[in-house]
Amino acid sequence: MTATAEPEVGKARLRKEDARLITGETRWTDNLQLTGMLHMAVLRSPVAHARITGVDVSRATAMPGVAVVLTGEDFAAEQGSLPCAWPITEDMKSPPAPALAVDQVNFAGEAVALVIADSAYHAADALEAIDVDYEDLPVVLDMEEALRDNDLVHPDLGTNRCATWIFDSAEAGAGTNVEDEIAAAEVVIERTFRQQRLIPAFMEPRSVVVDSSAGMFTVWSATQIPHILRWMLSAVTGISESKLRVIAPDVGGGFGGKLQVTPEELLCLLVARRMGRPVKWTETRTESMLAAHHGRDQVQKITLAARRDGTVTGLKVELLADMGAYLRLVTPGVPILGAFMFNSIYKFAGYRFECTNVFTNKVPTDAYRGAGRPEATFAIERMMDELAVELGMEPMKIREMNWIKHEEFPFTTVAGLTYDSGNYEAATARAMELFGYDDLREEQARRRADGSVVQLGIGISTYTEMCGLAPSRVLGALRYGAGGWETASIRMLPTGKVEVITGTSPHGQGHETVWSQIVADRLGVPFEDIEVLHGDTATSHKGMDSYGSRSLAVGGTALVQAADKVLAKARTLAAHMMECDEADVEFASGSFSVRGTSTVRALGDVVLAAHVAHDLPEGMEPGMDADATFDPDNFSYPHGTHLCATEVDTETGMVKIVRYVAVDDVGTVVNPLIVDGQVHGGLAQGIAQALYEEATHDEMGTLTTATFADYLVPCAADLPAFLTDRTTTPATSNPLGAKGVGEAGTIASTPAVVNSVLDAVRHLGVRDIEMPMSPERVWTALQGRPDPGAGDVAAGGLGSIDAQGGQS
Amino acid sequence: MIPAEFKYLFPSTVDEAVRMLAEEGEDAKVIAGGQSLVPVLRMRLAAPTALIDIGGLTELTGVRDDGDSLLIGAMTTHYEVQRDHLIHDHALLLKLVTDTVADPQIRHRGTFGGSLCHADPAGDLLAPALALDAVMIIAGPSGRREVSASEFFVDYFTTALAPDEILLDVRVPKYTGWGAHYEKLNRVAQAWSIVAVAAAVRVSDGVIAAARVGLTNVGSGPVRAVEVESALVGLPATAESISAAAGRASTGDGYKDNLARVLTGRALTAAVG
Repeated sequence: MTATAEPEVGKARLRKEDARLITGETRWTDNLQLTGMLHMAVLRSPVAHARITGVDVSRATAMPGVAVVLTGEDFAAEQGSLPCAWPITEDMKSPPAPALAVDQVNFAGEAVALVIADSAYHAADALEAIDVDYEDLPVVLDMEEALRDNDLVHPDLGTNRCATWIFDSAEAGAGTNVEDEIAAAEVVIERTFRQQRLIPAFMEPRSVVVDSSAGMFTVWSATQIPHILRWMLSAVTGISESKLRVIAPDVGGGFGGKLQVTPEELLCLLVARRMGRPVKWTETRTESMLAAHHGRDQVQKITLAARRDGTVTGLKVELLADMGAYLRLVTPGVPILGAFMFNSIYKFAGYRFECTNVFTNKVPTDAYRGAGRPEATFAIERMMDELAVELGMEPMKIREMNWIKHEEFPFTTVAGLTYDSGNYEAATARAMELFGYDDLREEQARRRADGSVVQLGIGISTYTEMCGLAPSRVLGALRYGAGGWETASIRMLPTGKVEVITGTSPHGQGHETVWSQIVADRLGVPFEDIEVLHGDTATSHKGMDSYGSRSLAVGGTALVQAADKVLAKARTLAAHMMECDEADVEFASGSFSVRGTSTVRALGDVVLAAHVAHDLPEGMEPGMDADATFDPDNFSYPHGTHLCATEVDTETGMVKIVRYVAVDDVGTVVNPLIVDGQVHGGLAQGIAQALYEEATHDEMGTLTTATFADYLVPCAADLPAFLTDRTTTPATSNPLGAKGVGEAGTIASTPAVVNSVLDAVRHLGVRDIEMPMSPERVWTALQGRPDPGAGDVAAGGLGSIDAQGGQS
Repeated sequence: MIPAEFKYLFPSTVDEAVRMLAEEGEDAKVIAGGQSLVPVLRMRLAAPTALIDIGGLTELTGVRDDGDSLLIGAMTTHYEVQRDHLIHDHALLLKLVTDTVADPQIRHRGTFGGSLCHADPAGDLLAPALALDAVMIIAGPSGRREVSASEFFVDYFTTALAPDEILLDVRVPKYTGWGAHYEKLNRVAQAWSIVAVAAAVRVSDGVIAAARVGLTNVGSGPVRAVEVESALVGLPATAESISAAAGRASTGDGYKDNLARVLTGRALTAAVG
């Protein structure tokens, strides 16, 4: 017998992807060069709402290197409408969404014309020579104003109200009537929070190449969703799905921002079809910020009912969610993903969620890391602090008395979900210990007493989230247009090497490493002998791609099932080879043996025997491959306790995070290094919402944060050293016990930071500060003055150049 | 991010550069380290017909001792300024300010003179140049001339440099033994200042003998807080007297006015040590 190898699952392996990524050896979409390739540049509307009364392309067409200039009129008959896969209600209003505007533009940045040229330089030059006449229409930006329907984004719809979606615990039979709870409550707290608009700001800008040679269309795209993209491109263009191949090569981040079927992907395909030549489009950073979908942008009115002893009884959520000008792939469903999460880990008797989706003249919103769940977590964690303040209670105590106890799992919530497992007590205890909670409270009291210039605050976020998207029947009930299963294949090669094919589509997460670790353990083959293939619809013919922290919990489970199928077949063949009863065959460390004997067959020998097929059991097919598709019964529910200490400089309003503890329970961890990386990155993005990032528009609807000089993405220098740890309560809904970790940090951290800042200055009379909590906003609140808005002091540099009319 | 077409010229002497600038006319632009100009070109906020790259003019790099003052070549990089012993000993404020400029990559490419000529009021080097009475030594078709910092910075992104002139050197008087500090408030490490204050102070026997205070990003150019400077002279170098004088950095009640006062106080306190 071979010695038992050290298990791969749980090992902090360096990522096998990284060498090619950090040395620049990989080939990104924009690196592709095809013979005869044309380059596409996109002219974008400078105005947010206007009728197009004329487009003159004659000068541009005559420019050097230009093959053709195309307008919306040229595509009017063939471009159809970009797909929205989530009609959340039967009566949802959904305007046609042309990839290239034909007679009206509805947001600044919308594509209006294309230059197709022999180089990206010639294409960019010719853009400036296209003359478009716009006849201005009234610009609709504010959601509450939009709902008055005085000015309409889409006059044909007759309203700016897209849809209203309601969950009511009494109607659903999951709880009581929230109005009764509010009427009977000893304490009622009402607050309104604003979730500012955010830009996903992935590192690699979007890029598309389409090759139309040999009767096939091959689409390379920096996308999270090659499989969905293929399906949707086929549906929109009528090109047979079998004639479309989509490849997502290495992709430099997405954060939900590449969970999209983009106008530019469709346009590249249409241009390649029209020209019969390969076409490439790669966006600039500013184009990305103007035209790629944004995230968040909600106004949340929250009513919480409680008893004087701190017991919460009812929660009413009234949301306005900004769709922007069009419904992209899952735009209307993003706020709905939050509907089941506002109650979070707490035991409410009654709950009601009502969300009204609103059209405005802004770029569409859609998924951004957390998608609906950060908004929900923010609102409930802010409200728990507000309740603690109202009742003069310790904020952790009030959470503890209301959360689901570990012995109460599985627990069906007032929103109708069944949380399978969790241990909020354990995660909290560990976090409090790491944080030094009591010492920090003492320090805080000392500074308050001293009237120190720099005050200290402590913020709590005890969160949960729903991951592992998703049980297909639940998606169906929510009117989503697709399923939530995932698939995997294992091909045992005759030399003993293993090819793993996954329907997930990693874009920075490290699936190649983690999937290899899982298979190495399951089949007893060396980690190095496993190759993971992904992101190409020709090799992985089906899949639902990567988003919603689903890949490991759903795709990893499919992989385990495929491995088990391989082993089952191999066991039968091994028994045949060793001439024993299958029931006597044992498998360990990559070898089969006959119980109680020294007879052994290595898996590799069994695979080779299956491959040559010289002597197989009666009826057994040659080869040793297996496919499996897994559709989960339930979501998974990561949870954890995050604690944040901030210092607030009361003279400047500057906020500094001085300690941040994240104790997460993401179930079984396959690779702790990758999990830490996901938590760190997630924290950075959640903290960024609290303190730094906001997409702002001027009154004309022009995005005023279209460069990284204005849209402040923090870097390592702006963030503290994170103290992370984990508790492990395995998920019961999949054999790995994994829950998902991609979004946890983002979901948990925003309210922890905001609660902390407010805790630092509440005794100075501050009740709330809008996000992002810029120094100006904090200082202004400390003066007792109204919120100054995003202000014009975010940056100088390029921002001020722009403001000064392009001087240099 | 593709710039419009331009002609690229690479002079090997100052005279050649000046001649090229005259020949190419008003739409030509000098490029030094390119850390501000290249983004402007790529975003097509400007489209000069010709770029005259003065990266080959080695006589414009380095710091020289010139008796009572230092001569800093316009093409000296921020990285070089940070590590130069003459600057450390005689113009410490410049080193401390330069330490805060952008990130290491930019500090290796960006130049001292380029930052001054770009004249972004949020740029860090304008305020100390003004406060330290720097003098710009400029070459043009009719020879050389000198312009004081107070006359050099005219408006947003506008200097006294004529379109056919090149900044050669910056003369900075020696401030040997002065304490210095740059107090900068920016939202993220790579962002420009909301407000920043550059302060240099000479203390003699516990009394402030002289002070220089320059403010970043409070107007269309750098601002020198002369009232603060004069109020400080003769006062004991204590927190109380500094705080009272710093209150003169601004009279308004807006956020930036507040920052001007608060950061001036902090910069001076740190400079006094």
